[in-house]
Amino acid sequence: MELGPILSTLRRHKIPALLLILEIALTCAIVCNAVFLISQRLERNKMVSGVAEHELVQLQVANIGKPANAKARAQEDLALLRQVPGVTAAALVNQVPFTNSSSNTSIKLDPTQKLPTLNATMYMGESLIGTYGARLVAGRDFNADEYMDFDAMRSDPDLQNKVGSVIITQAMAERLWPGESALGKNIYLGETSVRVIGVMQALIRPSLFMGDDAAQWTMVFPLRMSTASASRYVLRTAPEQRDRVLEGAAKVLRKADPHRIILKKETLDDIRSDFFRNDRAMAGILVGVIVALLAVTALGIVGLASFWVAQRRRTIGVRRALGATRRNILNYFQTENFLLATIGIALGMVLAYGINLFLMLHYELPRLPAVYFPVGAIVLWLIGQAAVLGPALRAAAVPPVVATRSV
Amino acid sequence: MFGYYLDLALRSLRRNKALTALMVVAIALGIGASMTTLTVLHVLSGDPLPDKSGKLFYPQLDPQDMDGYKPQDDPPAQVSWIDGMALLHAKRARYQALMTGGAVPIQPAQSSIDPFFEDARYTSADFFPMFEVPFLYGQGWNAADDEAGARVAVLTRELNDKLFGGKDSTGQTLRMDDVAFRIVGVLDAWRPTPHFYDLNTGSYSSDEGVFVPLTTATDLKFARNGSTDCWGKGSGDNMKIATCTWLQFWVQLDTPADAAAYSEFLLNYSREQKTLGRFQRPANVRLPDLMGWLDYNKVVPSDVHLQAWLAFGFLLVCLVNTVGLMLAKFLRRSGELGVRRALGASRRSLFAQLLVEAGAVGLVGGIGGLLLALLGLWLVRRQPSDYAALAHLDLPMLLATFVSAVVASLLAGLLPAWRACLIPPALQLKSN
Repeated sequence: MELGPILSTLRRHKIPALLLILEIALTCAIVCNAVFLISQRLERNKMVSGVAEHELVQLQVANIGKPANAKARAQEDLALLRQVPGVTAAALVNQVPFTNSSSNTSIKLDPTQKLPTLNATMYMGESLIGTYGARLVAGRDFNADEYMDFDAMRSDPDLQNKVGSVIITQAMAERLWPGESALGKNIYLGETSVRVIGVMQALIRPSLFMGDDAAQWTMVFPLRMSTASASRYVLRTAPEQRDRVLEGAAKVLRKADPHRIILKKETLDDIRSDFFRNDRAMAGILVGVIVALLAVTALGIVGLASFWVAQRRRTIGVRRALGATRRNILNYFQTENFLLATIGIALGMVLAYGINLFLMLHYELPRLPAVYFPVGAIVLWLIGQAAVLGPALRAAAVPPVVATRSV
Repeated sequence: MFGYYLDLALRSLRRNKALTALMVVAIALGIGASMTTLTVLHVLSGDPLPDKSGKLFYPQLDPQDMDGYKPQDDPPAQVSWIDGMALLHAKRARYQALMTGGAVPIQPAQSSIDPFFEDARYTSADFFPMFEVPFLYGQGWNAADDEAGARVAVLTRELNDKLFGGKDSTGQTLRMDDVAFRIVGVLDAWRPTPHFYDLNTGSYSSDEGVFVPLTTATDLKFARNGSTDCWGKGSGDNMKIATCTWLQFWVQLDTPADAAAYSEFLLNYSREQKTLGRFQRPANVRLPDLMGWLDYNKVVPSDVHLQAWLAFGFLLVCLVNTVGLMLAKFLRRSGELGVRRALGASRRSLFAQLLVEAGAVGLVGGIGGLLLALLGLWLVRRQPSDYAALAHLDLPMLLATFVSAVVASLLAGLLPAWRACLIPPALQLKSN
């Protein structure tokens, strides 16, 4: 196909051509970034928790008044919960993944260090790792005799120094001692030192307030909770038994002590889905915007191309009379659209990059991966060709005899 | 003339139904999307207390030790018990209130309602006059109740409806966490947006159902909600001596001079505490006003900003599209316009006629945009975020929808109308 005649025609219709180019460029730039944002949200949605998600349920309880012998109450509750049919493990814990409420502290590698190395979250509760199903990749879980009572430790600062061991995640270990084994090394919480005795593959923080990069900076301490210091019972069971276990457990807890309120009973799957619902909603909005944008652009191309064809009916007729085939006419409009789309896409890429820079600056987004550029180009080329097809076919249908009529 | 132009415009719009419909749809989509996101942004970044937000201030000071000290750091976002109480008792402002969020188990007297947990605010007496909280029955408590740790409570209208069927409950007893409280007041409907006085418990969360004196709540060790930031020895059982910041402190300062004096007072207080050895860092105080505090905390979610940008981009594409379509439409009528020119119409009147046509498209697009914005806001309200329920169109936004639709379409019409007017009359007649 000769580009010469197309270019010279376009030169005489600068404004409509420029508008079409501009529209395609803007659409290309916005769509590339919107698709990227969607992929970011969906990626976040898939964040690894490190726990046996489909097997866990949580019951959060609240006492009315001050609990008497909270320590005995907790042990009794746990013993009763373990007897609920279907329950394979139970723990009373201070925090649960994806619940947004967390307890965190700063970590140093050396007590004289001025600024902390990082901020990590603290999980506590007897047999927490086993119940959660977190996987150890090095070292060992806590021995039964390593556990201390959290309540006693809280009221007696001297006891804090006796909590000698901690289990941390691989991500945290790698951050603290890149390329080295963490086992046997010490970290400092204020002045207190604890020794790393185990490394977990993963265990996500309950709240991502520190940003997604810090999601796995997690520690587990050998501390036994009471109903005065913790309110969340975590039970492990087979996925299909979760609802039954929740009902059974709630009944047991209510019966053991009617003077309390069961605030929540939910599966970890539901908790997780809740945690990421804003991300999913945003992804949904973005999909809507992309569809609407592409539709508006396509309709715009149809409208302009129709106008163009109507304006050039006579020229088309002359060309047909001079021997141009229907296919020649069709190709003419297709090539013209391809040419305009290409210029628009090229401009759009530059614009997309600019928008991405803006988003990186203001919304802490990563750089747009290069793969979005060719994909965006192909999509817009296809849409352009699809949109121009109707008007182009109408142009091709113009009979040669039009050349002899005045319009 | 306007009537005539309008008549011409409507005729012309009817002639090219598909093209007209495309333009209207493009403008409606663009306006609908941008008005939806702008309304959300408008609601979320609004002033919770327009009458007096300029007089409310949030004092900040830095009581931490030298661990991790960086000179450029901002002071903590909350105050410790010792400093909060000292500032409260200093009474250097017109009003001052020290507070935190919490949750209490409520044990209704009627056996028909199970005990339940209710979000609560533990605060000092000035909270009510300072924030101009409206009362349905009774009133707040006073400073003497604060000092005595009195067991008094104020309920919101919703909680009063739930517990007492909306009747005046002042003087009645309410059991919370096994303790009897005397109800002294019931609030009328009140929901400041954003939830400015405590951003830790959610910037747009629905409000607490019950208010009790801070002293009473701490004495009874009621459960707290919110964030606690500790240093040094940190927290223990007794939050009154803990080296932690966990309370919000607000003051009302009526004039700029008062605010300056209060700043000076904070600075002196910090220096004094440093001499006493309690504070270790160089005095670092701030006194943002209400809107400044919201701004500093970036309460409007970044997703909402992002959506607004996105909608504007979309509107831009729709407008470029409309410019193209209008150009097509106007140029197609060169014949008709040439005749009008030849009959003596000036370029100016041609231009006016075409702009009226563009404006008409914009008006219809505006109506479509309004419907789409209403639909969009309905969709936003169905979203899971805590601000969702607040997304409603108000009168200024309604007007803005129409004005922006008409302005946008007039802007889009400028270039095509100008192009169309350039056609020389004689040439058009000849070519026909």
